[in-house]
Amino acid sequence: MPLTSTRLTELKRQAIHLRRLVVESVHHAGAGHLGGPMSAADMLVSLYFEVMNIDPEKPHNTDRDRFILSKGHSSIGLYAALALRGYFPIEELKTFDAIDSRLQGHPDMAVLPGIDMSSGSLGQGLSPGLGMALAARFKKQSFHTWVMLGDGDSQEGQIWEAALVAGRYQLDNLTAILDLNGLQQYGWATPAGYGEGARQPPQDNPVARWQSFGWNTIEVDGHDIEQFIDACQQAKAHRDQPSILIAHTTKGKGISYMENDFNWHSQPVTAENLKQAQDELAAQEATL
Amino acid sequence: MTAHILPLTISDKRVAQRDAFGNTLVELIDRDERVYVLDGDLANSTKADKVSRERPEHFLQMGIAEQNMMGVAAGMASCGLVPWLSSFACFLVNRDLDQLRVVVAQPNLPVKIAGAYSGLLTGKTGKTHQEVADIAVLRAMPNMTVLSPADAVEVRAAMLAANDSEGPVYIRMTRDAEPVVFSDDYTFKIGQVITVREGSDITIFSTGAQTVRCLEAADLLAVDGVSAHVVHVPTIKPLDAEAIAQAAGKTGRVVTAEDHTIIGGLGGAVAEVLGELQPTPMRRVGIRDTFGESAANEDLLQKYGLTPAHVAQAARELL
Repeated sequence: MPLTSTRLTELKRQAIHLRRLVVESVHHAGAGHLGGPMSAADMLVSLYFEVMNIDPEKPHNTDRDRFILSKGHSSIGLYAALALRGYFPIEELKTFDAIDSRLQGHPDMAVLPGIDMSSGSLGQGLSPGLGMALAARFKKQSFHTWVMLGDGDSQEGQIWEAALVAGRYQLDNLTAILDLNGLQQYGWATPAGYGEGARQPPQDNPVARWQSFGWNTIEVDGHDIEQFIDACQQAKAHRDQPSILIAHTTKGKGISYMENDFNWHSQPVTAENLKQAQDELAAQEATL
Repeated sequence: MTAHILPLTISDKRVAQRDAFGNTLVELIDRDERVYVLDGDLANSTKADKVSRERPEHFLQMGIAEQNMMGVAAGMASCGLVPWLSSFACFLVNRDLDQLRVVVAQPNLPVKIAGAYSGLLTGKTGKTHQEVADIAVLRAMPNMTVLSPADAVEVRAAMLAANDSEGPVYIRMTRDAEPVVFSDDYTFKIGQVITVREGSDITIFSTGAQTVRCLEAADLLAVDGVSAHVVHVPTIKPLDAEAIAQAAGKTGRVVTAEDHTIIGGLGGAVAEVLGELQPTPMRRVGIRDTFGESAANEDLLQKYGLTPAHVAQAARELL
């Protein structure tokens, strides 16, 4: 069913709120990742507000869709999505990275209801997703499993072990989402050198790679909420193969000084940074 | 706790622990529909192939990709299943250690890790396939339970207990047929330390298949008029420190024995306990900070110092 324009506007508003909460939380914590949560923001809102079959009141419901953030360092983006969706009070975001907090630097399923799998050591998210999809098959449950990968995350060999085996088992109840923002923590220098935060994306052809491993691929603009939700429905309807959404995104999306600058992978947000981000996001919201 | 007293004798019957592993997996599947076996392409060595033949719907070939296998197991366990992993100890402890740490041990998920072919006796495959540090590595990991049964009967009993426990469990097993010492009605209690031979002159702590060799060592010592108190420690973690201290205090001299490095294994664990609770002169019999090689079992035991005579000699040094 197509989205109504009212609903689409609401989702765009939530994505702006998510970005604001990320910047405010990292500012408050004095540390945290920014570029990755920003590139994933529109997709996280789409998944948690529209695509996934979930109930914030029942985070342990065995029939719920599962979500794994393989790029676990984008945790604050996921926490902001969970808070906006009602899993816990938005106020709790102020405990991010603090002692005894449920909002650990990387997602910890042992302490926070709503986290379906712990992550943080890169390359590890797809395999548990495969296990969940197999469990659904064995237990004759209809839930769908979603795994968000990063392009840096996908440099780990385990992703390709999982890709091979998921294809082999034809797990059509499993969908991966590649947040292809083209940057990682430090990465490779461009031929021109190291200036201006520029980095060369790793040599890659994700569509051909994933297809060769037996996956159904769908290329999508990861910042176009309407297009992304439609791609999710296509992936869910696809039979006999796992699907991957190759989502083209911009690292740091939505905050001008963060966009496409690898230095904003992770760094403290000053009061001045915060003010500018809040102003830019307010201006974006005013145009909705 | 104090040690459970269960005097054991060495029977003529010899059974391989891996055969008990394959048979017990089928038994577990019949008892518990949550059980699934994931194989790292070694089922016809570990004997998990029995599941592939007899309960194929509960057998999942994961290929030669241990990191993924451990992660898949975590995902299945998070959905209420009880996955058992089949591969060699050397791979399960090393290739996927980070996966075990992050998605199994940290969330405390009930993944059961069956390390086949542990120790030196791996069928002439040499140092790449000999895992002699698994106890040391895994007992340092929070939430892990580490079991090291003596014979095929105890492997079955340990597997039943492991399947019922709520967290991750590692079971260390050997490859070849060894004498059976436990009787079929034996029940494994995780954490229990067992006195398998009572004595008064020296306490021998041992684990895994090495316990049978320690019973032989006790016979050798008896010829010299030395009364050995042999304590089998099939649960390395959680370790019953009180029972260890009591058994050491009984004789005032301690030897530990294991087919494992003396660094961080049973010997290390016992030394830690005694250092704090019951300082006691001791000797550790085990692999002395070296890698192994491919050779016949008897030659390996001789060269690396694991025979009953080596255990008896270590005891004599303390008398």
